[in-house]
Amino acid sequence: MANAAAHTGHHDAHDSHMPSFFARWFLSTNHKDIGTLYLLFAFCAGIIGAFLSFGIRMEMEEPGLQYFSNPGTYNVFVTGHGLIMVFFMVMPALIGGFGNWFVPLMIGAPDMAFPRMNNISFWLTVAGFCSLVCSLFVEGAPGANGAGTGWTVYPPLSTVGHPGPSVDFAIFALHLSGAGSILGAINFITTILNMRAPGMTLHKMPLFAWAELVTAFLLLLSLPVLAGAITMLLTDRNFGTTFFDPAGGGDPVLYQHLFWFFGHPEVYIMILPAFGIVSHIISTFSRKPVFGYLAMAYAMVAIGVVGFVVWAHHMYTVGLSLQTQSYFVFATMVIAVPTGVKIFSWIATMWGGSIRFTAAMHWAVGFIFLFTVGGVTGVVLANSAVDKYLHDTYYVVAHFHYVLSLGAVFIIFAGIYYWFPKMTGHVIPEWAGKLHFWLAFIGANVLFFPMHFLGLAGMPRRYADYPEAFAGWHKVSTWGGHIFALGMVVFFIGVVIAFRSKVRAADNPWGEGATTLEWTLSSPPPFHQFETLPRIVDEPGH
Amino acid sequence: MTDRPTNPNRKLAVTAFACAGLAFGMIGLAFASVPLYDMFCKATGYDGTPRTGAAPKAIALDDSMIVRFDTNVSSSLPWRFQAESPQVVAHLGETKTVFFRVKNTGTTPSTGIATFNVQPSLMGGFFVKIECFCFNEQTLKPGETMDFPVVFYIDPAVRQDSNTAHLTEMTLSYTYFASKNGQPTAALATTGGTDKKSNF
Repeated sequence: MANAAAHTGHHDAHDSHMPSFFARWFLSTNHKDIGTLYLLFAFCAGIIGAFLSFGIRMEMEEPGLQYFSNPGTYNVFVTGHGLIMVFFMVMPALIGGFGNWFVPLMIGAPDMAFPRMNNISFWLTVAGFCSLVCSLFVEGAPGANGAGTGWTVYPPLSTVGHPGPSVDFAIFALHLSGAGSILGAINFITTILNMRAPGMTLHKMPLFAWAELVTAFLLLLSLPVLAGAITMLLTDRNFGTTFFDPAGGGDPVLYQHLFWFFGHPEVYIMILPAFGIVSHIISTFSRKPVFGYLAMAYAMVAIGVVGFVVWAHHMYTVGLSLQTQSYFVFATMVIAVPTGVKIFSWIATMWGGSIRFTAAMHWAVGFIFLFTVGGVTGVVLANSAVDKYLHDTYYVVAHFHYVLSLGAVFIIFAGIYYWFPKMTGHVIPEWAGKLHFWLAFIGANVLFFPMHFLGLAGMPRRYADYPEAFAGWHKVSTWGGHIFALGMVVFFIGVVIAFRSKVRAADNPWGEGATTLEWTLSSPPPFHQFETLPRIVDEPGH
Repeated sequence: MTDRPTNPNRKLAVTAFACAGLAFGMIGLAFASVPLYDMFCKATGYDGTPRTGAAPKAIALDDSMIVRFDTNVSSSLPWRFQAESPQVVAHLGETKTVFFRVKNTGTTPSTGIATFNVQPSLMGGFFVKIECFCFNEQTLKPGETMDFPVVFYIDPAVRQDSNTAHLTEMTLSYTYFASKNGQPTAALATTGGTDKKSNF
């Protein structure tokens, strides 16, 4: 991005105005502090979500029931893992965390447009998480605790199948975090549209800000539909309505339409911010502007728009007519075009660049590879005829873990290794980041690649037990989980070393490739930045 | 933020309110989708929703389909429910009448209403009901038995649609549920609980 002519140099005066600990972290209105809170929250939620997935993998290591006497409890783990990772790990980290931290910095704004609303967004998310944790400990299905509905919460399993209050807690969790996300989205849109530094037109804006802008619009248009659907579910459960109950003329398939009208944009909500981050990392460490900046920005817009008209590819098995299926197959495959534009533009950015393989670059390049694998299986699954065989099998599990667990999560780590010096002023040793990467890359592939074979062989999702024939690949998959977990240990060690060492990060530790505005500030940035707005003077590189 | 009339703040407020309006609009659309989906299903026969209408204008063809009957009773209702024959042969365009027998085997009077569906669901658009017991709720005294007619025909246009041209048989399925109207739920009225059923 363009160099800033102005530089804020008087931050020392502001540091003395720093509020007390309680006011700073609990009543926070500072976008960087709220970003930090979001990252810490996502981190804690991620640990709990990872613990649940560890339970899943331990159980699946061998056929038979080893750890779960009640297979329903296994489904509670699956549901909790899904909901936590989607709503309380990936979204808070990529949108609330990195978004809050770096959107104002990148567009040259002093803070978000509505700092107090930003605070409400965060605490609503925390409250939602508490409600979800509560749901694990109250009765759901008869005689068992927790909601074992899957993250999709389909009726009738979520209505007559779970008479206990657990599903109500889970629905309430989604309401709260959804309200928080909608408020956050309004904040991002208002900030980006109105508070860019003088001279920064939309077409000069960094790609991460573009990604967050598109994501915010997706949130704004899709989350209210989820809110409506789960409200109907709530009244069906508690107040005798029959929106989704055939006994009163309702239709459970309507819930699936509403859910996936939200659910499909939701997967782009999780991956678009990652697209933004990977663009900056690739460009920085290739010392080149991003190839095809405008195409990259509008590819994200196109993914967002088309993402709203492909939802029924999640429901090929509900009895859609051939013409409807043909449309959804076609529309889904169209999404591969803008996605391909992005993949090839990243490769073209690296092409001929003077590449430095730092830890962050390892994660970004690893992301491109893994996301492409997930994208290819996505095109396979887009075919309704193939999908009818693979629907609800481990092939689908492998597919969405390649794009999310290996896509979004790899970029969360890439973002941490890239921005950690800027956010904290400390430096995670490069060897830790690289070792973490290789353990995670090998671990994740060993973990998820065999799931393709399991799915093709017919292993269904959401079952705690399976025939002997699937045992081999399940065992391999669990080993992969252990390797990935070992990588997390390396990450913790790296963070501890970073905070204990006396090495301090430079304002711009990455050198000439890092051209966005956050690198013009100190590391960590002053409590209040851009009191004098930076002026974007030269032509942007990308 | 919004109460200060300075220009930049007004810009922020306008954007924020536009966004909030968008969010509320989407919530409205989510709820509007319930009646819209209902209308859509009835208009197109989507998801196995049979059409309702008057007697056929078309003349019956030699071509025919086997219509099977499937009868179910929800566990909440102590009723026995059966079609007079498990299947009939219906010529396309021919008006057929089939009787269904319902018996209350319980010890108290109970009220039920039947929901219905056709399989394959693509047949929904071509299966036309002229008269059906499922349009209204029924109350049966203990031990009482009643016969209810269903009058229907299969639209000959079924042979023009490439999705259904090859079909030679279909299933009409009914499930009796205890009527929810006895429950004093205000929310039920907002979903059109009773109105909806009488429209089927």
